[in-house]
Amino acid sequence: MKPIVYLDNNATTRVAPAVIQAMLPHFSERYGNPSSMHSFGGNLILDVRAARARVAELLGAQPEEILFTSGGTESDYTAIHAAVSSNPDKRHLVTSRVEHPAIKNLFEQYARHGYRVTVVPVDQDGHLDLDAFHRSLTEDTAVVSLMWANNETGVLFPVAELSQATRERGIVFHTDAVQAVGKVPIRLDGTGIDLLSLSGHKLHGPKGIGALYVRKGTKFKPLFVGGHQESGRRAGTENVPGIVGLGQACAQAPAHLADMQDRVRGLRDRLEAEVLRRVPNCLVNGDRQARLPNTTSIAFEYVEGEAILLMMNELGICASSGSACTSGSLEPSHVLRAMGVPFTAAHGSIRFSLSTFTTAAEVDFVVEELPAIIVRLREMSPFWHQAQAARG
Amino acid sequence: MWEYTEKVKDHFLHPRNVGVIEDADGVGEVGSLACGDALTLYFKLDGQGRIAEARFQTFGCASAIASSSALTEMLKGKTLEEAARITNDDIAAFLGELPKEKMHCSVMGQEALHKAIAHYRGEAETPPEGKIVCECFGVTDRAIEASVREHHLTEIADITGYLKAGGGCGKCHGELQRIIDMVRGEAAPPLPRPPRLTNIQKIKLIEETLEREIKPALKQDGGDIQLVDVDGNRVLVNLRGTCASCSAAEVTLKHYVEAKLRELVTPELVVEEVRP
Repeated sequence: MKPIVYLDNNATTRVAPAVIQAMLPHFSERYGNPSSMHSFGGNLILDVRAARARVAELLGAQPEEILFTSGGTESDYTAIHAAVSSNPDKRHLVTSRVEHPAIKNLFEQYARHGYRVTVVPVDQDGHLDLDAFHRSLTEDTAVVSLMWANNETGVLFPVAELSQATRERGIVFHTDAVQAVGKVPIRLDGTGIDLLSLSGHKLHGPKGIGALYVRKGTKFKPLFVGGHQESGRRAGTENVPGIVGLGQACAQAPAHLADMQDRVRGLRDRLEAEVLRRVPNCLVNGDRQARLPNTTSIAFEYVEGEAILLMMNELGICASSGSACTSGSLEPSHVLRAMGVPFTAAHGSIRFSLSTFTTAAEVDFVVEELPAIIVRLREMSPFWHQAQAARG
Repeated sequence: MWEYTEKVKDHFLHPRNVGVIEDADGVGEVGSLACGDALTLYFKLDGQGRIAEARFQTFGCASAIASSSALTEMLKGKTLEEAARITNDDIAAFLGELPKEKMHCSVMGQEALHKAIAHYRGEAETPPEGKIVCECFGVTDRAIEASVREHHLTEIADITGYLKAGGGCGKCHGELQRIIDMVRGEAAPPLPRPPRLTNIQKIKLIEETLEREIKPALKQDGGDIQLVDVDGNRVLVNLRGTCASCSAAEVTLKHYVEAKLRELVTPELVVEEVRP
């Protein structure tokens, strides 16, 4: 089998070996239920407690502010449900045009149920329209949900600053930080962020585990009722292996974060610069400064993303695209369209996302192989030939 | 990851006949950058009016490129009359199959072919008939209705797969569902009543059907059937060979013989077995 060059870490990451080691006993001899009276099961609450402290520490939060969920989508859903149902008099919600489908489709559902939803636009660099954001806040606003880092472009929203405006007005602030945790430093103390979603498998933890940060004092209503687990905030027997794995992933995150900020950022910059140098008619989607250190979204004009992905796939290169053809929908990514990326480029956009496991040799391999793929596809494209002819 | 056949992968990774024919006899262009795929098809005829050469340029996904490549291979050596009969299903069949969501790639091939032939024949381009239903991809109600009928589509996602309609903003989904409901409503018309048979015609038809259709089928399983009498709509038969002792005989009678006679003679018939 050909070696895999995995540059799709915003989709999911490799589970770190130490995370697997930490989890394994909980699939075999340590199979008890933390709610049991006997110590064989009941003692496992200590492992859950330790994991909770590790998650809290990574975020600059208190352990009792951390709630375990099944992942990013459940955290988002729980957060918005809690904010809306605890503020029954308020009927207005605020979000942005570039959110992950977990938030985008949830807010569309609230809109169908009669809530007024303001969807704040972004500019061509992917930055939030700050005037529009501040104008959107009203007495009737129940919750604001803005992502910390965009999954497609990596562009960062200044959520810590934005949350000050909601704090002053008593509006709940939620952030989907699934892509940010483990890639940029996060300190929640001192901010106005009330709710934050994170997902284990985006930071070298396992799939099927996530967490929701709920600031102390934030009004809360559980989504799942039933048993008394998670202090009655999320019923259901704890996913102990997952929780322990997430705890281990969070414990390792500061080391990965340091590597991210320095070495991985350097690799990403090299990948981007070399591709731009070697391939004509391509551009980077979104602001190149205020963004995640591991992500680049590159638009190749006059070619289609799925075709690029499948040709890279033949070489073992894994990436993803904002292309319509890979998503089941036929419109190119709502994120790129919101930024006003023209169709010529949006259909041919590829996202490369690196991790602490990415090597320089892998980046060099992509830089060597990708230009020929683009040339081949452009040779087939009628629009490339038209553009060349127009240029003369 | 889309599930593509080996043949789709082959035609995507090694496309045949890419390029332009400068002195083409026919050229057909479909699609646009905004739509996410586009195809320009060229062909050239030989002295006998057969397609000597076909070439293409395609902007699009793997299956769009593979469909274009397949089409140019299929065209070679065909007269225009033969070529005009190629459908999108033929293109998909040539490639093994296409994922449902990607059928529009083969539809694009068929459209480009029709345009190229019309171009050769000097026929004016006719604007699409009907009213635009899907504004994102400019698809009309007529085109949608025709596709729903032809391909027996039952879901909005199927229409999107074939025509792209409904794959953008989603505003037209209500209208798409209405068209599906309308076509499906028509699809189950009341069965036309067969002409009334005289007794002699009926008995003759029963005999013929038993000889032609039913006996050969039963003989394959080592059985046989004999007509004893016809009394009104009761058909009295006796079974021979393995059929007689087979515990499935009752089922065979009921479900096969009776169904066959009802289908081919008249729906009122009831089959009964009499012991010799």
